[in-house]
Amino acid sequence: MADLTKELHTECMTLQMGPSHPAMHGTVKMIVDIDGEEIHSVKPEVGYLHRGFEKMCENSTYHQVIPFTDRLNYVSPFINNVGYAMAVEKLLGIEVPERCKYLRVLACEISRISDHLTCLGASGMELAAFSVLLYSIEAREWMWELVEALSGARLTTTWARIGGVAYDMPDGFERKAREELEKVKRLVEDMRGLLEKNRIFYDRMRGTGVLEANDCLAYGVTGPCLRAAGVYYDVRKAKPYLVYDRLDFEVPLGKSGDNYDKFVVRVLEIYQSIRIIEQALEQIPAGPIAVDDPKITLPPKQEVYTSIGALVHHFNIIVKGIRPPKGEAYFAVEGGNGELGFYVVSDGSDKPWKCRCRGPCFPIVQAVPKMLEGAMVADVVPTFGMVNMIGGEMDR
Amino acid sequence: MAEALILAVKIAIATMFVLNLAGLLTWAERRQSAFIQDRLGPNRASVFGIRLIGLLHPVADGIKMIMKEDFIPAGADRVVHTIAPFIALFPAFVAYAVIPFGDRLPIFGYDVNLVVSDINIGLLFVVAVMSIAIFGIFLGGWASNNKWSLLGALRSAAQMISYEVTLGLTIIGILMVYESVRLDEIVRAQGDLLFGFIPKWGIVTQPIGFLLFFAAAMAESKRTPFDLPEGESEIVAGYFLEYSGMKFGMFFMGEFAEIVVIAGIIASLFLGGWQIPWVTTEMLLKAFPGWLVALIQIGVFSAKVVALCWLQLTIRWTLPRFRYDQLMRLGWKMLLPISLANIFVTGLVILLLQ
Repeated sequence: MADLTKELHTECMTLQMGPSHPAMHGTVKMIVDIDGEEIHSVKPEVGYLHRGFEKMCENSTYHQVIPFTDRLNYVSPFINNVGYAMAVEKLLGIEVPERCKYLRVLACEISRISDHLTCLGASGMELAAFSVLLYSIEAREWMWELVEALSGARLTTTWARIGGVAYDMPDGFERKAREELEKVKRLVEDMRGLLEKNRIFYDRMRGTGVLEANDCLAYGVTGPCLRAAGVYYDVRKAKPYLVYDRLDFEVPLGKSGDNYDKFVVRVLEIYQSIRIIEQALEQIPAGPIAVDDPKITLPPKQEVYTSIGALVHHFNIIVKGIRPPKGEAYFAVEGGNGELGFYVVSDGSDKPWKCRCRGPCFPIVQAVPKMLEGAMVADVVPTFGMVNMIGGEMDR
Repeated sequence: MAEALILAVKIAIATMFVLNLAGLLTWAERRQSAFIQDRLGPNRASVFGIRLIGLLHPVADGIKMIMKEDFIPAGADRVVHTIAPFIALFPAFVAYAVIPFGDRLPIFGYDVNLVVSDINIGLLFVVAVMSIAIFGIFLGGWASNNKWSLLGALRSAAQMISYEVTLGLTIIGILMVYESVRLDEIVRAQGDLLFGFIPKWGIVTQPIGFLLFFAAAMAESKRTPFDLPEGESEIVAGYFLEYSGMKFGMFFMGEFAEIVVIAGIIASLFLGGWQIPWVTTEMLLKAFPGWLVALIQIGVFSAKVVALCWLQLTIRWTLPRFRYDQLMRLGWKMLLPISLANIFVTGLVILLLQ
């Protein structure tokens, strides 16, 4: 028998998983070498959704960049809007009013919930628990109604402005938000009931896709994947921005960094986000929603129609844009998947000389081969689901 | 002449039963999954404005599949690729030939046994025929000349052979209790009462066997949580990836027909088939004419089958999918030893009761 196996010529089979593969949402390709059901090597191939975000920014005024940021992580566009706006504000050296800060926190957390819900539901579906997807989509729908109430759009929000936000929250928003958060809580409970203690789900998730703390740090992984490995790092706590230092919330941590921990961390973060929103709704003060600087923010529409000064400012900002002083600024916010940073360099003109986006997905996807060492083909699915790669953010 | 006519009617009933129920199940699955998932489900297909809560969808589905292009990929083995769906579909229909719908009844002066063919190896025939379905799946996956299909075919072959062992061993427990391999005799024996008041159904005499058989049979039908050969998020669609049109439809129908067959076998082996608890055929025959008794028994059997189909659909929409090694572990390290222990305990109990 020994001779037989020696003579038998075997070789690995190369599978091209993606770019149009059911589990490769967000358009990415995994080149997987398999030996039967076991994985020999995985190579992620990125770039299918590259749209030249950074180059486009160099040819747009500072305000014109905001719509591009919607399309980075299209599941949580508010966070991108806010992150970019705050990077430019740092460059300008301005501070936004209190009410605006609270509104931004509200928006970011709503986005974070919808981001996590999408991730949890989609990875549930990929393990064939299809019902979970539709529960989470329903819950996300409640969140998107809030997004719509705030910005008027569901996905392409373009809501943050440099020095403020575009719209205040509408009447009755607070009551609506509280109601819908309750509904989301109930649906998340349903999802947990279906998955968390489900033996099949547990076996599929526990011990697969492990990325330990050291490896996480080596690869530059941030966000839920890092916290699942037990590293206490959340930009909201490590470098509090907006009003996160005044709000009471916890950072859920995992232990082993496997898929199950990533799942649990995301679920718990949803509850923390709900807590943050509830506090923000209580504490939010009255006041302006943007800085009162005619060189940075657009004057109110009514004044544009009635006073020549406001009309001139409006014209200037629309046509010439704002001109930050020469210099550079890096500002990071906690995105749905980790640290989302914007590095803006100004040469004193109305367009950024360079606008670099540090998306959290890129380092995580780099670490995917490490997570899948010695795994089976079926493990690609939950692992990649928990990575929650968003093509728009990774490929930019 | 009359004999042949009776046989033809019986064959028609059995075939139509599987076909219609399988077609209906495609609708039921969508409708039920929709209710589980808080949506409405199919309700759009309409003929002259008649929608019938989406019942026309299976019809629309059938028309769609027949009209679609029948695609055979380049490099595929054309003959095997074409034959495979037939092999996958036919066992489900043949297996129903030995499943009894009712007792031996006098109907319009004829003595009719309400089973298409009461061959003396009934149960073994079912197991034998069901295992032919593997060939359809395996050949289909292999002949498609596609890596995903091949993976699906490999998975299905390994899975179905592994679980057939448990399936076969579980049946032994039933054979020991009822001392027959004829399905009609097994069902008839389940009309007796245990200790004078409990119906002697398979689920009472073989509770562990019921669970094992149900799990193994679900694995045989390749549906979630055992849908590894299909695994649409891992290996895209597995063995039927390269099938389109009615050939795909046959795999699709085969899956649902298999649900019906599994439900029929489980109903016959464990839930007393056409038996109504505490009501014997003699009691029915005293009260009603023969043809009405036949209808009652067929109705009771159908109700049990539909309930079991429903149970399978519910499980399918509640559980996630296994991984290959976990599936094998479950099959060989858990179900197999338990089924062996089940045989041993059954034998011990029978010995003690004698």
